[in-house]
Amino acid sequence: MNTNEHEFAVPHFGQPIDRFVATISGEVYAAVHSASAIKSDKRAQLLAADYADPLKLRALAGQIKQHTLDHLDRYLPQAVASLERNGARVHCAADGEEARRIIGDLLQQRGAKTVVKSKSMATEEIHLNDYLATRGIESVETDLGEFILQIDGDTPSHIVTPVVHKNRRQIAQSFERHGLGAYNDEPETITRRARRFMRDRFLRADAGLTGANFLVAESGRLVLVTNEGNSRFSLSAPRLHIALVGIEKIVPADRDLGVFLNLLVRSATGQQFTAYTEFISGPRADGRPSGAEELHVVLLDNGRTDILGAEYREILRCIRCGACMNICPVYRQASGHAYRAVYPGPVGAVLTPLLAGEHFAQFADLPKACSVCGACGDACPVNIALPDLLLRLRDRAKRAHAALSARGTPPMGGFAAVATHPPLWRAALTASRLANRLPLDWLPVPPLRAWTRRRTLPEFRGGAFRQWFKQRGQQ
Amino acid sequence: MIVPADRATGKKVQLMATCLCDAFFDDVAKATVQVLEYLGCEVEFPEGQTCCGQPAFNAGDWSAARRMVRHAARQFTGSGPVVLPSGSCAAMLFHGASLAFEHEPDFATVSDLAGRTWEVLDFIVSGLGVKTWEGTCAKKIAFHSSCHLRGTGTPAAARQLLGSLRGLELVGHAEPEQCCGFGGTFSVAFPHVSANMGLLKLQNIRAAEPDLLVAADMSCLMHLRGLAEKQGHPLPVRHAIQVLRDALVAERKIHHE
Ligand code: SF4
Repeated sequence: MNTNEHEFAVPHFGQPIDRFVATISGEVYAAVHSASAIKSDKRAQLLAADYADPLKLRALAGQIKQHTLDHLDRYLPQAVASLERNGARVHCAADGEEARRIIGDLLQQRGAKTVVKSKSMATEEIHLNDYLATRGIESVETDLGEFILQIDGDTPSHIVTPVVHKNRRQIAQSFERHGLGAYNDEPETITRRARRFMRDRFLRADAGLTGANFLVAESGRLVLVTNEGNSRFSLSAPRLHIALVGIEKIVPADRDLGVFLNLLVRSATGQQFTAYTEFISGPRADGRPSGAEELHVVLLDNGRTDILGAEYREILRCIRCGACMNICPVYRQASGHAYRAVYPGPVGAVLTPLLAGEHFAQFADLPKACSVCGACGDACPVNIALPDLLLRLRDRAKRAHAALSARGTPPMGGFAAVATHPPLWRAALTASRLANRLPLDWLPVPPLRAWTRRRTLPEFRGGAFRQWFKQRGQQ
Repeated sequence: MIVPADRATGKKVQLMATCLCDAFFDDVAKATVQVLEYLGCEVEFPEGQTCCGQPAFNAGDWSAARRMVRHAARQFTGSGPVVLPSGSCAAMLFHGASLAFEHEPDFATVSDLAGRTWEVLDFIVSGLGVKTWEGTCAKKIAFHSSCHLRGTGTPAAARQLLGSLRGLELVGHAEPEQCCGFGGTFSVAFPHVSANMGLLKLQNIRAAEPDLLVAADMSCLMHLRGLAEKQGHPLPVRHAIQVLRDALVAERKIHHE
């Protein structure tokens, strides 16, 4: 299951995301909306400035990723062989539980007490920190955003900028609460204090834990993209490095990285490069002086092969850039926590119900939380037709009789019956004019009330056009 | 967005008025007829037409949506262009239907209809080859490029036609890609999200101080106008085809019936 423990409970009435928005604080809304708009604008400007035809580039990226997925039966074993050739140990985890156990055992066998983690959505997906705590292992988030969340007992609300829902005032308050210094909301001070706190943990850490942005099948290279250098520290100080990597992170060859790194960073943060891009080709060895003494790669399935076999497989192309959520008008209103899962926004609304497997119905409302504006599909650097996938999932939810998905949507059967019988349709058009005389705001029809609380309805003029058209034909 | 290549064109057109114009906005359907006839088209209105199926499609009831699309396909037979005063209903027929009928035996019938379907402004410019519009409209206009126009010829067509009117000033607004929040049944299932989205759009549009808000979709305009009116601060709205028609009337090129 992919739920966050800190998620809000599903309300008894209304659509969960809509209820969430009804109660969201102005501060959270302002933080999320402005950060999202800035990132989206920077992304679009930079892509347009740097490439003659950014659409062509993303089409290519989509094709490479799709090709890899379509031939994963070949690329996955190749990636494993390459990793092993490089001296890494490879473990395969069918689900989150197995991945947690593998990582927990590796750490325990080596007597590890403290691990430093660089930001990884895969570890969030399997709720690794909480699990390690039950085995007496302290896991310290070293990404500044994740660190802030960790000291607050909060969860990420975005896959790239996990703390986007907080402003610096709130962050300064948390630091004060947790004894990291008197209130000071200057970003430099906040960063300096976090760094001071973490440096000590880095030095005494027994292991470093990371995800990976890409895993190259041909070379066995792991690629990590960060802005804070914390991943480098997580890899260099400790003797043991464990990387948890979703099987969809594979790309065929090193030369493909040119396409993906250029698109990922521009799409994610509107930068040309991140401050740090690590290429890890194996543990420390002769001729390879840097890196941990031991490198373990845990390849995570956790529902991915099920998605691979079905009509939604293109969602696995996702390179987790966050552009779809930054541009999504619903995400901008709702923030990531509204999505009740690790992956928010359009990609989350597709991925979460799918990864939930047999619990699909519990998350079948997510694909409904969308006006089908299509902005996400236009922004996605790997050309995923997100709006189409969301629509397909609505159809699937309907066929599965998922009650949460149906909440608040007027049933369409009656409308379709009228709309397929022209005499009925024409009669309904004429009859609708009666509605002009009714106090529509007061009628106990839920969809009508949902509309009229915030908006007026136009005057019904059913059939007026038909009459005009007919009359002039007779003249 | 899947927009079919080489769509059928010609001057014998069938009008799909859309259910919103059938129920509320008769003048928009009227303006569509008047403009097309002015351009020398012969306009047929198949009496049995109802709705394109989009409400059901977006609501997730694809089986109901298919019944409605099939009904539409039975009403709009022939080989000439089918023209709609709505970008989103047009997109339903050429994009939505292609998804909903992917595994259906009558996919070919539906894609035949898709290959004849046009949003009216796109039809005027790309189908009929009209490049400019004569007339005067001394107004500051904000154009909302509605979401389902993405990837179609309509936004460019709208700018081209409206932009050629004398005295007309097209003003831009912030966050132009922001959706109006309507989304069909989304607006009633997610009333808070939907209204907030619409209010944000309104705020951005109002900041540009237009005299008139124009779009190629009455659904968006109905939503924004409804929100504005409920705020007690009405905003004049008009479909682009009405603006074109009004210019013809002002120039005495046609009579307003
Ligand atoms: S779905 Fe596309 S836009 Fe969204 S996070 Fe993934 S790659 Fe980025």
